[in-house]
Amino acid sequence: MTEYNFAYLDEQTKRMIRRAILKGLAIPGYQVPFASREMPMPYGWGTGGVQVSAAVLTPEDRFKVIDQGADDTTNAVSIRGFFERTAGVATTTHTEEATVIQTRHRIPEVPLREGQILVYQVPIPEPLRFLEPRESETRKMHSLEEYGLMHVKLYEDISRHGHIATSYAYPVRVEARYVMDPSPIPKFDNPKLGDCAAIQLFGAGREQRIYALPPYTQVVSLDFEDHPFDPSKADHPCGLCGATNSYLDEVIVDDAGGRMFVCSDTDYCEARQAQGHRGKDAA
Amino acid sequence: MYVAVKGGERAIANAHSWLAEERRGDTAIAELSVAQIREQQSLAVNRVMAEGSLYDPDLAALAIKQARGDLIEAIFLIRAYRTTLPRFGVSQPVDTGAMACDRRISATFKDLPGGQVLGPTFDYTHRLLDFKLAAEGDAPEAPERTATPEAVPHVTAFLNREGLIEEAVPDDTSPPDLTREPLEMPADRALRLQALTRADEGFILGLAYSTQRGYARNHAFVGELRIGAVAVEMDIPELGFAIEIGEITLTECETVNQFTGSKTEPPQFTRGYGLVFGQTERKAISMALVDRALRWQELGEDDVGAPAQDAEFVLYHADNIQATGFLEHIKLPHYVDFQSELELVRKLRREAGA
Repeated sequence: MTEYNFAYLDEQTKRMIRRAILKGLAIPGYQVPFASREMPMPYGWGTGGVQVSAAVLTPEDRFKVIDQGADDTTNAVSIRGFFERTAGVATTTHTEEATVIQTRHRIPEVPLREGQILVYQVPIPEPLRFLEPRESETRKMHSLEEYGLMHVKLYEDISRHGHIATSYAYPVRVEARYVMDPSPIPKFDNPKLGDCAAIQLFGAGREQRIYALPPYTQVVSLDFEDHPFDPSKADHPCGLCGATNSYLDEVIVDDAGGRMFVCSDTDYCEARQAQGHRGKDAA
Repeated sequence: MYVAVKGGERAIANAHSWLAEERRGDTAIAELSVAQIREQQSLAVNRVMAEGSLYDPDLAALAIKQARGDLIEAIFLIRAYRTTLPRFGVSQPVDTGAMACDRRISATFKDLPGGQVLGPTFDYTHRLLDFKLAAEGDAPEAPERTATPEAVPHVTAFLNREGLIEEAVPDDTSPPDLTREPLEMPADRALRLQALTRADEGFILGLAYSTQRGYARNHAFVGELRIGAVAVEMDIPELGFAIEIGEITLTECETVNQFTGSKTEPPQFTRGYGLVFGQTERKAISMALVDRALRWQELGEDDVGAPAQDAEFVLYHADNIQATGFLEHIKLPHYVDFQSELELVRKLRREAGA
């Protein structure tokens, strides 16, 4: 791939993206418009995350890609392969070893540390989008801090269902200012967003937006005093490693309703098994 | 016992090998060459160039071959390629008045300077399958005549002379560049036209049709439709003047639309404009109708709530590469989100005593 620049994008484009990232870091939770490029993978398949990763990667980095928590899902494999080819960076599946982690829909179970960058792929960056389809309106609502509509929506959920009926992409408020979409991570992951030691960058390619959380930012999941935020997960231990504190995938194992629960973070699960932890379904 | 799914890498590689084999089809049948596609599937090539925003018939033909004839996939290949190209500069505006027209028709005047030239059109063909084409055909030849270097002035200029059509005020400000700046609302007309010319033909056709059926009707006459080659000129700073760097084929459509006038302005026709790479007249006419519908505010018309009047709706949904990418991404795994929904629905059902 000598015909392409390091990490595919040309330096001018990377500079433009880095400017958007810096602006995002300076105004945590604010959606910065950026001139997203067509990438050689489809919009909606992580082009925002890929552009952010391309802009922050250096030849010394060690890169990890997860999709649904796993390094082995097809699109994670494809994106990792893309940067192996275009940037020649070292890759890893171990969260602790990685300096840049691109993710879709999960935050790793192991707490991130200083010096790491977590890059999120974001489909719809606008937390107010499904309440107000017009971009011109939602930008106005953010600038006026007009978030009443969101609270009404959450309240209506409670009056209709008894609970806030949002289980992923659960909206958060950043430093008591911007309401932000954390990307479609399960709400179980929301508490990891705040006070995080790593830099968190969010890239939405098709929607042409970048936003960011600098380390140790205050991030609060929206709730009510009498209906506090509840980061729930399946009430089971992992069938393979026995973990009781990790987010679980439900796997159907037969056609008679049999199922097992396993860690969605495959690296976490494998590391625990290597340490000798066993769940009830482990071989 | 569940075994964590490994081997995604090999599965992808094998899928791609299979795809390559399927693309080639039966090897007993001769392989298509890129030149054959360029010459014999030229309208497909034109569409790929127009919506791919890259004027290169050979690359478009290659993309069509690689995409197995899926034109949106071919457009995607071209778009992904064009983003990697360096930008040398900006051309002079092309002069469509000086176009070497292959086709030039007006629906508003029976005859006019420059004449009506049908050109290579499907119009008035009877859509009967030509089974002779299924056999080996010989190369058909059309009668020729010597081109007359007659000027072909724009039809709207005639109307303009009488003040019957709104003045198109020249504007020398540099237009924004959709491919270099994020699309932000409100979008001015130059930006809207830029988005429309690379927009999905089917989407724009549907919107244009909706205006004809009453959703923001603006009754359009095709004042003029012209297809032909124009010179592309570029200022070369070292030389201090513009030189011709090539020639491209364009389709231009100018519509003449009704306008009732207002207290300050007497009744006057209004304009819609379409300009698209290649011979792409369905797209150019559609573009002109949608352009006209989007101008409602500037022309003091009512917002009747029609989709074609809504710039945010039109511009944010017209790009087929954005649309197909996001649409098809729902094929990707979503089990983490789905799991959280499962938990929630189970909990709500438990509490409802179901």
